[in-house]
Amino acid sequence: MHPAVEFRGISKQFGAVKANTDVSFSIAKGAIHGLVGENGAGKSTLMSILYGYYRADSGDILLDGQVQSIHSSHQAIALGIGMVHQHFMLVENMTVLDNVMLGAEGGFKLAGQRAGVEAKLREICARYRLDVDPLATIADLSVGAQQRVEILKQIYRSANILILDEPTAVLTAQETASLFEILRLFKEQGKTIILITHKLQEIMDITDTVTVMRGGKVVGAVQTAQTSKEELANMMVGRPIENNLPRAAYNPGQPVLEVRDLELRDDNGVTLLNKLNFTLRAGEIVAIAGVSGNGQSELMEILSGMRLPTSGDLKFEGKPLPGSDPDRGRGDADGLPRTFRELGIGHVPEDRLRDGVIKGFSVMHNTFFGHQDDKALKNRWGLIDFKGIAERCAGLLQTFDVRPANPDLRIGLLSGGNQQKVVIAREVLANPKLMLVGQPTRGVDIGTIEAIHRQLLALRDAGMAILLVSVELEEVRALADRILVMCGGGITGELKIDEFDTTRIGLLMGGMHKS
Amino acid sequence: MTTNDMPRWATGFVLPVLNLLSALLVAALVIHMLGEDPVDSLRILVGSAILNPEGLSYTLFYASTFVFTGLAVSLAMQAGLFNIGAEGQMYFGGLGLTLAMLAFDASLPWWLLIPAGILGAALFGALWAFLPGYLQAKRGSHIVVTTIMFNFIAASLMNFIIVKYLIPPGEQNTASRVFSAAAEMPRLNAWFPVLGETPLNIGFFFAILALVVYGVVMTRSAWGYKVRALGLNQHAAHYAGVKISAMIIIVMALSGALAGLGAVNSIMGSTHYLSLNFVGGAGFIGIAIALMGRQHPVGILLSSVLFGALIQGGFDLSLEKPNIPTETFIFIQGLIILFCGAMENLYAPVIVKLAKKG
Repeated sequence: MHPAVEFRGISKQFGAVKANTDVSFSIAKGAIHGLVGENGAGKSTLMSILYGYYRADSGDILLDGQVQSIHSSHQAIALGIGMVHQHFMLVENMTVLDNVMLGAEGGFKLAGQRAGVEAKLREICARYRLDVDPLATIADLSVGAQQRVEILKQIYRSANILILDEPTAVLTAQETASLFEILRLFKEQGKTIILITHKLQEIMDITDTVTVMRGGKVVGAVQTAQTSKEELANMMVGRPIENNLPRAAYNPGQPVLEVRDLELRDDNGVTLLNKLNFTLRAGEIVAIAGVSGNGQSELMEILSGMRLPTSGDLKFEGKPLPGSDPDRGRGDADGLPRTFRELGIGHVPEDRLRDGVIKGFSVMHNTFFGHQDDKALKNRWGLIDFKGIAERCAGLLQTFDVRPANPDLRIGLLSGGNQQKVVIAREVLANPKLMLVGQPTRGVDIGTIEAIHRQLLALRDAGMAILLVSVELEEVRALADRILVMCGGGITGELKIDEFDTTRIGLLMGGMHKS
Repeated sequence: MTTNDMPRWATGFVLPVLNLLSALLVAALVIHMLGEDPVDSLRILVGSAILNPEGLSYTLFYASTFVFTGLAVSLAMQAGLFNIGAEGQMYFGGLGLTLAMLAFDASLPWWLLIPAGILGAALFGALWAFLPGYLQAKRGSHIVVTTIMFNFIAASLMNFIIVKYLIPPGEQNTASRVFSAAAEMPRLNAWFPVLGETPLNIGFFFAILALVVYGVVMTRSAWGYKVRALGLNQHAAHYAGVKISAMIIIVMALSGALAGLGAVNSIMGSTHYLSLNFVGGAGFIGIAIALMGRQHPVGILLSSVLFGALIQGGFDLSLEKPNIPTETFIFIQGLIILFCGAMENLYAPVIVKLAKKG
């Protein structure tokens, strides 16, 4: 039997960058195939070539033993290739049914087709246990359900080869489990799946075969059963990965941040944060664990000054934080992040592309973003001291190993991991007393994760107070001194790191703190 | 395929030039269809607007006004605000200037009158843009809608004010009285007689100064950095501590002040009185200039000169070629906006391909 997909000597070059060099491997029919590698290893380029976004400079793609030249995604779809992107391609205010029909309409008049398509969708949902209502509006669906709509769309278009790009990055543990159930059903039906992910545990859990890429080349092709997470990680990075990073003994100092009865309600009166109480001391990392969307983002926004709480007291180094003092009224959060930053609160935001960087600015211009009003960055004319900043930037790029180390490149062209290094470096350089760190390694590759973790531990050892929000329990375990678990806007439990217990944290994350 | 994939020389120079050439090509086609020779027409246009010193001085006179309206639109654009209202703001700026002149032109010397006029124009222009800015920042009313409306309001209001209060008794002309000679900005033909009977005045140097200040502020100051951050990503600007609503209001007020300053050149430099509809589309041309000049000071200057040349050359062209009506200029202006604004990335894919091969 021919393999479902075979890559033969694929090479692709962008300017001076060799994204793919002589990539050859094949994927058996009915297999779940993992594709792993660090950011910039060439996985996305390869998949874009398969899906017809790019054309390879040389090499062939064989589908079912036939050489195919794929010019467009339209053609890829016709050949039975489906792709579920990391960022969903859905129209939020349309129904599932309309989203599925969009681009696959059978003619000018839609009315007559709807019933037929709806019946077919219900049939597909039943067969693959997708649990999606075809008449629901996308905006009302959870992230997991939206992803199932994407999958539904591909099945409806009779995809036999399904590419999933980082499908679990936005999913909860339960949603991930149910996604994997769906993928297994797919496999039973003889369909082929290509899974791109950073999470090696998922590779071990679900794939049959794995291809590891590094620097645009294939560095390993193995049966999943015959490898281990460690071996995969070492192949990806090209060197052994340290799991237990060294840290100084736990020796917390003065309280830096005190949160008392913090409450937040939205405009409709819905409670988003419910009576939060905790203290953060110098020299400790407190991690907030929880399924995303349980109030962590709102808490970080309040602590960084981007949003005002409804009630409650916030004290920073024993003094009330501006905008949080109920006696003086709450006013407006406009401009408040600057005040907080000047007090000594650093903030690595969860969504770096939305909040943390300006994509259209150069790397150098992003290295002082948020600190543009610092006196130290100005020359005697009161203008920005670009000479000093250029020197500072060069040092920063080297110290934090940002690649490529080109200060004039638009930061949007850097990989996610390298953008994150710039953001962390920028916040670290301001030497804050409290650092708020949201999802520091989301979409970041293993080698960079290790570097970021080392950096955060070094800051803690140096006496900085760090509040970490992470949905990755591995990360919480690697960094935290204490763990607060959040669910439904409240803190459901607290653990010390030596009490770390995945089951107990899982229960607390589900809100079952009484049992 | 976006301009992000392209080198800066391509986005900054090659694309605007290609777009401009496309617009002129279409214009040439139309001139041909009107029964005139496009090459000969171009020769007349260039000769009249650039090569002849007096014509060139007219070109630069028009450009001096356009620099200010172009800067007004550019500044707002940098903050992500599409200020369509430069027309009304300049019109209202003219009122501020005129009120200052009518009050003081008999009593103050020229070196106080000129700053007074500048201040009056800037203040009134700023006021006329402050209101839409405030409504956008505090009430979420879209700036495009409000500034368009404010153009109409300014036109009606000025009509009322001029007709009701400013026409001197016994006059029929819908204009204020002529200011005293002390309120005239010095003309450059006093130093360069070769320029002939030109309205070109020291307002031209004010325009150059404004361009330099704008360039330095936008690229070198923390304030300009914050304005650009706001324009590119409002969420991130909030994260960086920018006071979003205050910034929107300030940028709009400054944008309006710049538009208002356009009135200084055209009134104090040339007519010396406020007349009905004296703006004559300079505010709208500012939009074209900001788009074509990509909000860069050099780009704004070059586009302003281009539009000045089109007006100046267009007059002479319509005199010499009876088949070409004066409206041709408006037509060419529309083509330039179409190619440089709406279709600015028309040639981007081609350039990207060429750049990759090269």
